Amino acid sequence: MVEKRWEHFPHQADIGVRGIGCSKEEAFEQAAIALTAVITDPKTVTPNESVDISCEAPDDELLFVDWLNALIYETAIRKLLFCRFDVSIADHRLNAKAWGEVLNLAKHQPAVEVKGATYTALHVRQTDEGAWIAQCVVDV
Amino acid sequence: MDLSLLERKAECEWWISPVGKMRVPGIIYASEALIRDMDHKVYEQVVNVATLPGIQRASYAMPDAHWGYGFPIGGVAAFDPERGGVVSAGGVGFDISCGVRNLYTGLTVEDIQPVKEQLAAVLFRTVPAGLGSTGHLHLNRQEMDAMLAGGARWAVERGYGRLEDLERIEEYGCMAGARPDQVSEHAKKRQQDEMGTLGSGNHYLEVQQVMEIYTSDIGKAFGIRKGDILLSIHCGSRGLGHQIGTEFLKKMAIAAASYGIDLPDRELACTPINSFLGQDYLGAMRSAINCALANRQIITHLARQAFAEVLPRANLQLLYDVSHNTCKVEEHEIDGRPRRLFVHRKGATRAFGPGHPAVPAALRAVGQPVLIGGTMGTASYILAGTKEGMAFAFGSACHGAGRSMSRHQALKEWRGREVIDQLAGQGILVRTRSYRGVAEEAPGAYKDVSAVVDAADQANLARKVAKLTPLVCVKG
Repeated sequence: MVEKRWEHFPHQADIGVRGIGCSKEEAFEQAAIALTAVITDPKTVTPNESVDISCEAPDDELLFVDWLNALIYETAIRKLLFCRFDVSIADHRLNAKAWGEVLNLAKHQPAVEVKGATYTALHVRQTDEGAWIAQCVVDV
Repeated sequence: MDLSLLERKAECEWWISPVGKMRVPGIIYASEALIRDMDHKVYEQVVNVATLPGIQRASYAMPDAHWGYGFPIGGVAAFDPERGGVVSAGGVGFDISCGVRNLYTGLTVEDIQPVKEQLAAVLFRTVPAGLGSTGHLHLNRQEMDAMLAGGARWAVERGYGRLEDLERIEEYGCMAGARPDQVSEHAKKRQQDEMGTLGSGNHYLEVQQVMEIYTSDIGKAFGIRKGDILLSIHCGSRGLGHQIGTEFLKKMAIAAASYGIDLPDRELACTPINSFLGQDYLGAMRSAINCALANRQIITHLARQAFAEVLPRANLQLLYDVSHNTCKVEEHEIDGRPRRLFVHRKGATRAFGPGHPAVPAALRAVGQPVLIGGTMGTASYILAGTKEGMAFAFGSACHGAGRSMSRHQALKEWRGREVIDQLAGQGILVRTRSYRGVAEEAPGAYKDVSAVVDAADQANLARKVAKLTPLVCVKG
């Protein structure tokens, strides 16, 4: 049984986000937490309100980038930080619910704003052990 | 980087002969020390860019080159639309027209020192910066489109700044060919609260002191002397630019195959200039350039207000405003004939030489000012475009120091509070809403900007004119 988790990986100018899980969806969810962690400690974010997200792309990797960019967009326009996610993927289409709260400078001490998810180091794949990994570099 | 991969043609000029699918050579301008330090990805990306259709002369990299998105950061490449040339969203980047503008203040360091704390506080209060900050200006749809079409010109017409500011901005403050209708609703929505904000990451606003003048005749023509106080603003097109980059990267990546473009790497997503998608992107990208120019213009206005509050004698006049992440249509000579080329500068600065018509009349004799930002808390430089430089990399130069260490690593090395205290000890006041952001931007996480600038000068890309050190830094 794969233990779900998120990681950051190094990139010179910016930062890599990686999600690991026992399914594609779980990997996407974990990567979204990694995205939040670029800005603030995810544990400081309370799941007060939710946003529905859907996106579509011709392959898993473009879909993953779309997913992160959709979250980046919602953060930008609603000033929301997210900590919990429920993702489902079928036929190149992603539907999700993302929970979080409005940015509070004192509480969240945001480090930086994410500009966008890139195609650098972009992978969505399953390892030999059956774990799913979804990752890419985000531009900050 | 492994030097055996390169052929040294001059002190600071290294060639990659065309191999495989490369249509032109790769040329990296850097000292030997800088080349040794460059990551291998720079080599790969210079090579990849050289495979793109319609590329002219060479795939270039500047002395500060490092791993980027498709293009290396510090990459320059020009394409001919009449030879199947492409335009690349990755070759422009997410922060379209991120750039630097420097302003004279008419003050000296003796004027600043007694009120440095107060000035820092007022600038910090007046210019919104960091995630969650909101601009003072909220544009309705009509005004948003007017801004995207008019750029800094629009801003001046709305009362943000002076008419003479426009003379000292690339494109005289307004990028022609902008198509606000090609900018998505998402992009406009993302920009609504962000007009006149600094952003975050490596963006900043600095009060700087001219420490050294290297080339006195150019320094004189630029109107700067040792001891002068300048203001430097480094930021870009904010959420609108980022959204445009995001959206067109996807469109180009998906459409590439249908245009018969063999992408060595998906992040090099590009499209023929002469295609609907290419033209749509150019229209949107030029709108984003205008957004960045308008943004820096508004921040200039805010900075003038801040200075007026603390030092009413100050007169902030624009020296010049340069942009780093753009694709511009320029005339350059190829095989002895003038050609209209689409020049991508990704983390590279335009550096036109003396006599070039695009350089403001008052400065034309000595060349275009090239403003090189240092890191927060280190030196910045002013250079000038050279005549010889026009033959190298289409009149381009570096843009800054470039990171030597990942953000990840920087957070392990430094604490924001310590960095701030250390800089304060050196007389540099840093104001920020984010300690972690400061740690990621610690001076030690960047390459030595002096070495980068020296290499640019040695390679004749641009001439060193002045060195400036910060006194106050408002960090995004």
